[in-house]
Amino acid sequence: MAADPHGARRKGELLLDVQGLKIEGRTGGQWQPIVRGVDLTLQRGEVLGLIGESGAGKSTVGLAAMGYVRAGCRFTGGSVMFNGQDLLRLDRPAQSTLRGARIAYVAQSAAAAFNPAHRLMPQVIEARLRDKRGERAEAEADARRLFGKLQLPDPDRIGLRYPHEVSGGQLQRAMTAMAMACRPDLIIFDEPTTALDVTTQVEVLAAIRAIVEEFHTAALYITHDLAVVAQLAHRILVLRHGQAVEEAPTRTMLAAPREDYTRSLWAVRNLHKPQRASGEVVLAMTGIHAGYGAAKVLDDVSITVGRGCTVAVVGESGSGKSTLARVATGLLPPRQGEIRFCGEPLSPSLKGRTPDQLRRIQMIYQSPDAALNPRHTVRDVIARPLTLFRGLSGPARESRIIELLDMVQLGPHFLDRLPGALSGGQKQRLCMARALAAEPDIVICDEVTSALDQIVQEEILKLLLRLQDELGVSYLFITHDLATVRAIADTIVVMHRGRVVQQGPRDAVLSPPYPAYTELLLSSVPAMDPDWLTNLLAARSDARSVSV
Amino acid sequence: MTVGRVLRQAPLTAKIGLILIALNLVAVVFAPWIAPYGETQVVGDQWLPGFWDHASMPDGIYALLGTDQLGRDIFSRLVYGARNSILIALGTTALSFTVGVTTGMVAATARGVVDQIMSRIVDILMGFPTLIFALLLLAVLGSSIPVLIGVIALLDATRVFRLSRALGMDLEAQDYVELARLRGERIGWIVLHEILPNATGPLAAEFGLRFCFVFLFIATLSFLGLGIQPPMADWGSMVRENASAISFGILTPLFPAAAIAILTVAVNLVVDWFIRFTGDAHHGR
Repeated sequence: MAADPHGARRKGELLLDVQGLKIEGRTGGQWQPIVRGVDLTLQRGEVLGLIGESGAGKSTVGLAAMGYVRAGCRFTGGSVMFNGQDLLRLDRPAQSTLRGARIAYVAQSAAAAFNPAHRLMPQVIEARLRDKRGERAEAEADARRLFGKLQLPDPDRIGLRYPHEVSGGQLQRAMTAMAMACRPDLIIFDEPTTALDVTTQVEVLAAIRAIVEEFHTAALYITHDLAVVAQLAHRILVLRHGQAVEEAPTRTMLAAPREDYTRSLWAVRNLHKPQRASGEVVLAMTGIHAGYGAAKVLDDVSITVGRGCTVAVVGESGSGKSTLARVATGLLPPRQGEIRFCGEPLSPSLKGRTPDQLRRIQMIYQSPDAALNPRHTVRDVIARPLTLFRGLSGPARESRIIELLDMVQLGPHFLDRLPGALSGGQKQRLCMARALAAEPDIVICDEVTSALDQIVQEEILKLLLRLQDELGVSYLFITHDLATVRAIADTIVVMHRGRVVQQGPRDAVLSPPYPAYTELLLSSVPAMDPDWLTNLLAARSDARSVSV
Repeated sequence: MTVGRVLRQAPLTAKIGLILIALNLVAVVFAPWIAPYGETQVVGDQWLPGFWDHASMPDGIYALLGTDQLGRDIFSRLVYGARNSILIALGTTALSFTVGVTTGMVAATARGVVDQIMSRIVDILMGFPTLIFALLLLAVLGSSIPVLIGVIALLDATRVFRLSRALGMDLEAQDYVELARLRGERIGWIVLHEILPNATGPLAAEFGLRFCFVFLFIATLSFLGLGIQPPMADWGSMVRENASAISFGILTPLFPAAAIAILTVAVNLVVDWFIRFTGDAHHGR
């Protein structure tokens, strides 16, 4: 790990040369351009980062580098030269021999890429055996070596497990091993760490970087997170609306981005609000123990939320954050502990709560797709809480709906649209308008920004802050993203394995000294610094050798 | 969107289906005016040829599609048969869906003991071979049209129950249903407004299928003497009664069979369109 990833390396020959790539996709019976003439080149052993917001055409370009388009899309121009062959003009059998063997693909969701009915090993070596390169025993031995290099626990036996028996981070590394099995010239990584939480992301990033370096493999690394790609890529290409915005070596781009758009990609990390404290307590949960069946998820958790304040609950997946939200809303009655709301005891179960109490606690979910009934128009969605809680109907309700839409920066022309006709950010705003229609005291936000890309995230967070200023509403904000926490929290609660590790005002929690887990969590957030991962790994291995 | 616009924008297949269904409905409503002869009127010898061999038709009668095994006019019986067959099939399917969807949704939303009891009862009902169970009930209760509708609907409802319970459970786990619970909505409101609108596609497909199976099932029962009682006409029985004629090269049984087939195809063309039409809502038109 001592080698500098961005230092001198063998001057490679040109491996991939994409020129004037144009791809169209079919929507509603019409062909719309998705990629509008992208050029990119990649030399042997080089890592190119491909970044941009969702819909920028990153994944489409990534797949095109294998000569592949998704169903419903077509190539309309350009060439993809791989090792001197134009992939777009090769016939199917010739393309198939290249894919898997010379070019491999690592997808965002490893869970979806592995067949749950088979063990890991046969899937990892499948492409290599199909390629008739050697014996099964030899292939398996090689896969075990790769598992070891990727820092998977128990590399000799992990191949015998089924996909559901390993963690998300381990599965993602197993998928990298699958891609590596044929020692391809090029690997395309499509958001391989996006679905992972920060502490796991570090491990996977380190493993990917080490193995790509060792085998001198060229890679296209697709992500929307600039800080992540900065750790791996030698060069970065920023895409927007299917066009290249800016391309530069990593260090140059981080130090001096030329385009405004590139700068805006890390804007969310620069949001800041003054820290507030409130005397009046809206929600107080004390000594909460809760769980599902035999599993205990929350262990003696106590939190308080002040009026007009934001309490951020952070932790990795499985830490009990979302369970805490379910307890607060009454969906999961705790086994033990007390919930008080505005000074009065609150029934642990939904049935025992009055309509007024239900009105005053609202919830916004992570995925607006799942939280909006696809059959209800924007009007229906907001009208229901107004009718139910406020008894509004007719013109009074209609004007209130428009007022609420206005608050979340959606116009009246959205009224008759179905959720399917809204973008991700618009859907999440609609969910906010629905929550605000009830005029709540507290809104529980469960990972509300994690399904959105950077720029939309920033808009949603700004909106949340503004609405808090105007309406004095409190937020219980659940997230695994520390950049978000830094931007909006007044109080931070750090959770780990169902327990509160640390709790206090934002500035106190985010400044040293940290308890061990908070330290781990904070240090795992990628920084906009190409040396961040190298330094972090060095620091961690130092710490380990000191403690040994 | 107005009904007129929706119809105009329908694909050709759906339009064909709608026209064929409309023709059948005309036959249902105006049977006595359309049919040249009575439902049970004997007009001549058995298995007389129809329009294709008009010369051999005795003077004074004109059986468009020939006569059946008792010398009755096939065309008239087809028109009257539409009445019996379609009304019974429609009544049966409507009843089985009312019962099946209601119980299925109750089971899906209540879960726990209620779901267990309801599901096991349905398992027991489905455990019997359908035909034998129907024969048993009809033998005990006597065969009349209301009993026939009730029995077939009950048997079909078990399948509708399974489908709607599965759909209900799947949709009930959605965040928007959870949110409705958090608002304190009643379970009936949740089922009607949040769950059912998203279950219409699969339920409509099932409706088209069930509707057609009813014809065949009634025909089977009629063959065994427990369905629609002669001399009343129904398409299924007409196929059965005249089936042996086909081995003499007589076309008679093909007409009621074609009537069943055409209506089946028509219903499914319309159902397909409906599924696509409602499915589009998920993608915002």
